[in-house]
Amino acid sequence: MYTASDLRKGLKIQIDGEPYIITEFDFSKPGKGQALYRTKMRNMITGVQFTQTYRSNDKFERPNLEERKMQFLYAQDDEYHFMDTTSYEQIFLTKEQLGEHLNFLIDNMEVEVLFFGDRPIDVSLPTFVNLEVTVAEPWAKGDTSGSDTKPVTVETGFQLQVPPFINQGDKIQIDTRTGTYITRVKE
Amino acid sequence: MMTPAGLQQRSQLLQAIRGFFLGNDYIEVDTPQRLPVLIPESNLIPFASEDCFLQTSPELCMKRLLANGCERIFQICHCFRKEEHGRLHQSEFTMLEWYHKGADYYDLMRQCEALFCFLARQCAELPGVVDTSTICWKGTNVSLAAPWERLTVADAFEQYAGVDVEEALRTDMFDELLVTAIEPYLGQDRPVFLYEYPLERGLLARRSAQNPKVAERFELYVAGVELANGFSELADPQEQRFRFMEEIDQIRLTRGLDTELPQMFLDELGKIGTAAGIALGVDRLCMLFMGVTDIALVLPFSFEEL
Repeated sequence: MYTASDLRKGLKIQIDGEPYIITEFDFSKPGKGQALYRTKMRNMITGVQFTQTYRSNDKFERPNLEERKMQFLYAQDDEYHFMDTTSYEQIFLTKEQLGEHLNFLIDNMEVEVLFFGDRPIDVSLPTFVNLEVTVAEPWAKGDTSGSDTKPVTVETGFQLQVPPFINQGDKIQIDTRTGTYITRVKE
Repeated sequence: MMTPAGLQQRSQLLQAIRGFFLGNDYIEVDTPQRLPVLIPESNLIPFASEDCFLQTSPELCMKRLLANGCERIFQICHCFRKEEHGRLHQSEFTMLEWYHKGADYYDLMRQCEALFCFLARQCAELPGVVDTSTICWKGTNVSLAAPWERLTVADAFEQYAGVDVEEALRTDMFDELLVTAIEPYLGQDRPVFLYEYPLERGLLARRSAQNPKVAERFELYVAGVELANGFSELADPQEQRFRFMEEIDQIRLTRGLDTELPQMFLDELGKIGTAAGIALGVDRLCMLFMGVTDIALVLPFSFEEL
């Protein structure tokens, strides 16, 4: 159990059977008054945010959260299937649950799947992924437009700005936190 | 950890505070920080130190000095309150307290006005000071020119929260409304004295002669920050004992602890006569004058840096 004095930004707690992460936190105490713990939190399953003020005697359960290393196998309709590489157990997350992670997810990629009890609720991707450029306009030598980047599309369908020398078929490294180009990868 | 430049600014403020009180015929005292018995306050959690406690404020000893003949005393000391940590709180922090025999809480308000104007003049080159009568905090200019605003607690609840203060007390929403709906708006153009606290919110304060429902207690707010708590001292040992017993019951109820009565304090309280005293958070004062928004940045070391 956590008590109100354990609350801080980033702490994960369980309320009404669901896991929440505290996104903003402020301790306040009016002069000679009681301690108040003002929090903003996000439901880790639904993404719904809310603010709540707690008092010293409030208590919170620890959510049963566990990260497991898994490999992405395939997508079927809106279900994305992953396999535990040690137990070979398979699970899936929905397209909605994966959200923007889909921009960088390719077959056989190893990810960390976050479980709440036995229920998968989120994934964390590697910080850097290498993806193949599938659509790129050729670099027009003598282009005087002054632009130092151009848009390309990678194998997942994600579009981003890259330097003009990147060609179709090249592999590029992308930062999955920001979706930005890092470097060209030689293989 | 503060930079040498920051430490220099803090030192300048500490010296100026001392200069103000010494110049007004106060004597500086340094009472023990480790005490065998504290004033029982259900909302303050003390740190134990062997068979004693670290002080949560120097109030108990300073009032005993008052009862034993001191007329005007001040102290700058460290106080310790468990489980207080945030942008405006550290478990170990620096307090300025001063006590004045013959004074009441209106006198203390005027002394606050004079102290701040003195500090702005003495420390005019600090980053938070705009000119000798203006400070700027979080982009808001606050004029220090006296007189400052005086707002009763009842009016503040009516104006800012749209709630009757009695109703807020009955529903146990007093603190929450104060923090969320009122405090952020207080003292934005000029400092505000929030005064006439409900009697049950003034454990050591004298009951108002005009309105028996309120205590002669105020809190000073500057730019939404609560800086000081002052009051006309309750000098009636029977009444004080009764209020302490209620507080001791509350501590037993909420924390399951037995708390001792500060008997020597009660024995001497009757000798205080008319007096007023105030506690002001020095670190928060440094934040305002140094233009800093996190208390950790005005401390030589925050706890996390130890």
